Amino acid sequence: MPAHLRGTGAGRGRDISARLLVGVLGGYALAQLLPVALVAPWGLARADAVLVALQMSFAVYAAALMAAFAARSARRAWAGMAAALLASAALAWVAL
Amino acid sequence: MGEVHTWAGLLFGWLLYFMFVTGTAGYLDTEIDRWMRPELPVAQYPQPGAAATAAATQALDYLQAQAPDARRWSIQLPVDRNEPHLRVAWQPTSGGAAQSAWLDVHTGAPIPVRDTAGGQLLYQMHWRLHYLPPEAAEWMVALASMALLLALLTGIVVHRRFFADFFTLRLGKGQRSWLDAHNLAGVASLPFQLMISYSGLIFVMFSFMPLIASAWYGPAPGAGRAFYAELFPPMATALPSGQRAAPAAIAPILADARQRWGGAEAAVLEIAQPGDARARISVIGNFAAGAVRSAGILVYDGANGALLAERPAWQSTPRATRDLLLGLHEGLFAAPPLRALYLVSGLLGCAMIATGMLLWTAKRRERAQRGPPAWPAGLALVERLNVAAIVGLPVAIAAYFWANRLLPTDMAQRAPLEAHLLFAVWLALFAHAALTPPRRAWRQQAWLAALAFGALPLLNAATTGRHLAQSLPAGDWVMAGFDLAALALGLAFALGAWWLQRRRP
Repeated sequence: MPAHLRGTGAGRGRDISARLLVGVLGGYALAQLLPVALVAPWGLARADAVLVALQMSFAVYAAALMAAFAARSARRAWAGMAAALLASAALAWVAL
Repeated sequence: MGEVHTWAGLLFGWLLYFMFVTGTAGYLDTEIDRWMRPELPVAQYPQPGAAATAAATQALDYLQAQAPDARRWSIQLPVDRNEPHLRVAWQPTSGGAAQSAWLDVHTGAPIPVRDTAGGQLLYQMHWRLHYLPPEAAEWMVALASMALLLALLTGIVVHRRFFADFFTLRLGKGQRSWLDAHNLAGVASLPFQLMISYSGLIFVMFSFMPLIASAWYGPAPGAGRAFYAELFPPMATALPSGQRAAPAAIAPILADARQRWGGAEAAVLEIAQPGDARARISVIGNFAAGAVRSAGILVYDGANGALLAERPAWQSTPRATRDLLLGLHEGLFAAPPLRALYLVSGLLGCAMIATGMLLWTAKRRERAQRGPPAWPAGLALVERLNVAAIVGLPVAIAAYFWANRLLPTDMAQRAPLEAHLLFAVWLALFAHAALTPPRRAWRQQAWLAALAFGALPLLNAATTGRHLAQSLPAGDWVMAGFDLAALALGLAFALGAWWLQRRRP
C-alpha cells in the first residue's frame, strides 16, 4: 500500500482531503480548460467546437481525478494539476 | 485508487441502483405502456405510404373536431416498436397541460384508455427521479453518472485480472463471494457499462460543463442561449397572425417529405397554430431508425403547403457523434437480439451495483467480529436499509402495476396516484427493513417480491380480458410477454427466497 495511505487518523485524512480537493475541483476546471485548448486550434465552427470539447470533458475529468490519487503525494498531485491548468489556460488563450 | 472506487460507490450506490432499475424497466417502457393500457388493441405498424396518409388525415380530422383552437397539435404515426400506435396530442389555448388521445389506426376513432403514466413514468424517473425539482434531480443524476464512470475506471485499475475474475465465483464464503459476484457482473458487462455511463453523461453535458460554451460564446448566461440558438436554430417559426386560413392538404406534404427522404416515412407531425394564416406543419422523421439518434425535419407553410425550412439528419460530425452516443444509450434502434443483450446488460448493471453495496456491508460486518466498527449503529442501519433499497424497489414497481389494475378506471388523478402508491409501498418497505433483523427482512421481502410479480398474470386475468389465455392464442406478444416476464421474475425471487430460507441457521 502506498506510503501516504498507510497509517491512520489526521495525516491520512488530510492527505485524502487534499487529493479530493485537487481532483474534484481542479479536475472540474481542467475538464473544461484542456478540451478547449485541444479543440480551439482546429478552427471548427463554434457550435461544433463546443460539442467536441464537451464530449471530451468527462474523460479529462475522470483522468484528472484518478491522477490526483495515483500521484505519489498530495503535493505532487497539487503541483501536477496546477501545471496542467496553467498550460491549458495558456494554450486556450493563444488559440482562441 | 481502491478508496476512490469504494467512496464513489458508497455515496451514490443507492441512487445508481435506482437509476439502473428504472433505466432497465424504462428500456421496456413501450411494452409496459401497453400492459398498463389494456384497452389498446394489438398495435399494427408500420403503416407506410397511403396508410400513413390516411392515418394522418383521420388524426387531423379528429383534432379539428376536438381542439380547433389549440396552440399546437401533435400526431405520432405508428412507425415502429417504440411508437406502435396512432396518438394525437394538443396544447390548449388556455395554457393547461397537454391532452392526448389514442386513435384507431384504421377508423381514426378515439380509443377510451385509462389514465395512467404507464411505462413512460418508470423511464422518466431514470433521470428525473420523482418529487424533486428538475434542476436538483439533474444535478444528482449527473454527479451519480460521473461517480459511476469513476467507479468503473478505478474498478478496472484495481481488478486488473479480467480473465481470472471472469471464471472465479466462490460461493458460500461471505464477503469473498460478494466480491466475486461483483467482479463477475461488472466484467461480463464492462463494455456496456462504459458505454452507458459515458453516453449518459452526454445527456447532461451542457449543464455539467457550462464554461466550455463560454470559451467560444462569451460569458454566461448569454453564452448558453447563443450556443443553443446555433445548435438548434429555429425553423421558420412564426407568431399567430390571428387570421383564419384553410389548412393545406396533408397528402402532398407527406408525399413531398417521403420523396425528399428517399422513401423514408414521417414519424411525427407537429402543427403550430393550426387554422391560422401563419400555421406551420413540421414533418419529423424517425429518430430511432438507426443508432445515430437523428432524423430530418421539414417545415411547411400550414396554409399553402410550401416548404419553408429543412434540417437534414446529418449536419456535422460532432453533432452526429453526440447523436450516436445518445442513440447508443437509448438503444431504441436495436433489433430483438441486440435488445435482449441491452436488457441482460442492464440487469447485470443492477447486480453489479447491488453486489457492490452488499460487499461493503459484508466486509464491515466481518471486520466487526474482530473489533468494534467505527459506527456500529450506522453499519446496522445500512445493512437493514439495503434490503429495501435492493429488493424493496422491485416490489414497489410491482405495486405500481397492481395499482394500475386495481384503481377504478374512472377515478380522477389516477395517474399521479399510481406513482404515489409506488413510493408509499417503497417507504413502507424501508420501515419494515429498519425494524426487522436483516436475515428475516431479506427473506420476507424476497417472498413478497415473488408474490407481487408472480401473481400479476392472475391479477391481469381477474381485472381485464387480456390475460394469457387470450393473449397467447391471439398472438398478442406484448401482453403475453409482460405476463410471462412477471411470472419469470416471480419465480426468480421465489428461488432466492427459498435459498435464503434454507440457509436459516
